[in-house]
Amino acid sequence: MSTHADEHFAGSNKLFTTIWVWLVLLTFVEIFLAYKTMPIHIMLTILLGLSIIKAALIVAYFMHLKFERLSLVLTLVPMLVICICLLFVFFPDSFRSSDLRYKFQEAPPVAPAPGEEP
Amino acid sequence: MSTEAHVGHFPSVDWNGGAFPYRVGHRKLGMWLFIVSDSLTFSALLMGYAYLRASNNWPTPFPFYPSIVFSSVMTFCLLSSSLTMVFGVSASSKGDKSRARMWILATIFFGVAFIVLHLIEWSHLIGEGLRPFYLPEHWAKVFTLADGTPPTSLFGATFFAITGLHMFHVASGAVYLLVVAARVKKLKHEDIEISGLYWHFVDLVWMFVFPLIYIMSVDMHGALGH
Repeated sequence: MSTHADEHFAGSNKLFTTIWVWLVLLTFVEIFLAYKTMPIHIMLTILLGLSIIKAALIVAYFMHLKFERLSLVLTLVPMLVICICLLFVFFPDSFRSSDLRYKFQEAPPVAPAPGEEP
Repeated sequence: MSTEAHVGHFPSVDWNGGAFPYRVGHRKLGMWLFIVSDSLTFSALLMGYAYLRASNNWPTPFPFYPSIVFSSVMTFCLLSSSLTMVFGVSASSKGDKSRARMWILATIFFGVAFIVLHLIEWSHLIGEGLRPFYLPEHWAKVFTLADGTPPTSLFGATFFAITGLHMFHVASGAVYLLVVAARVKKLKHEDIEISGLYWHFVDLVWMFVFPLIYIMSVDMHGALGH
């Protein structure tokens, strides 16, 4: 944690520009990945990983959290991460409701003709 | 040593049990707490989107042009607006309020450009027939699976809700920054830094919305014939 005098905003414009260049480059990587054929869970993992890196760069440098006191970081970040992770509890239900949907094995069923045994 | 006596000018020594544990003012702490709560709002919305996507046949309708081109330029605008905002805060910390105002106005310009591009992108989709609870007829046909499962009509609801709420945040941020720019000489440096925190947060949310909503729904094989 920095011990800079507090009116001073740590970080030079050169540093911020470098961060911006990285953010733009990572965005290009995401767009490139959009047109690569790969399993959706791999794609999702890579995209989320890139998003988390970009978010961390923004929070640390642009939002200045890297230069704040550790007590502030520990108050804000772990509980947010835990709360977001807790939301994953819904996914088993999501997959379950997907499996509940009727799967047409061959042709969709048709109603029996009048007078015919069901 | 009592830290209370130094509250007005933030002691740089480490906290040792005084009344100033975070070395930030109460307004800045308030903005951080707002950002945490707003992060949870967007997390819940994105999680709801992921829930629906995993349990339904989800259409992937976005063509390279206009959707991906527009959303990429919008991402560029927001990233650039964060850069100009951080330049503004940096200028303000050096006491150069005129320069800070110039950078904040540049930030507003990029924010407004984002909103205009997003509205054009929305109008493309609405023009195709996308509504919160209906898919365009040709999308419904193209994205029906071989076993007859139709695509979910909730695509529009999640798309408009998430991008709409984000756009509302950008618009509110632009108004907030306009007020800050108008009163920049009267405001303290910390107030300008707080407005910067909000703006960067808006940028941060888009870093998740863009890949999850747009990149994950690219019409890779030209199924819609774009």
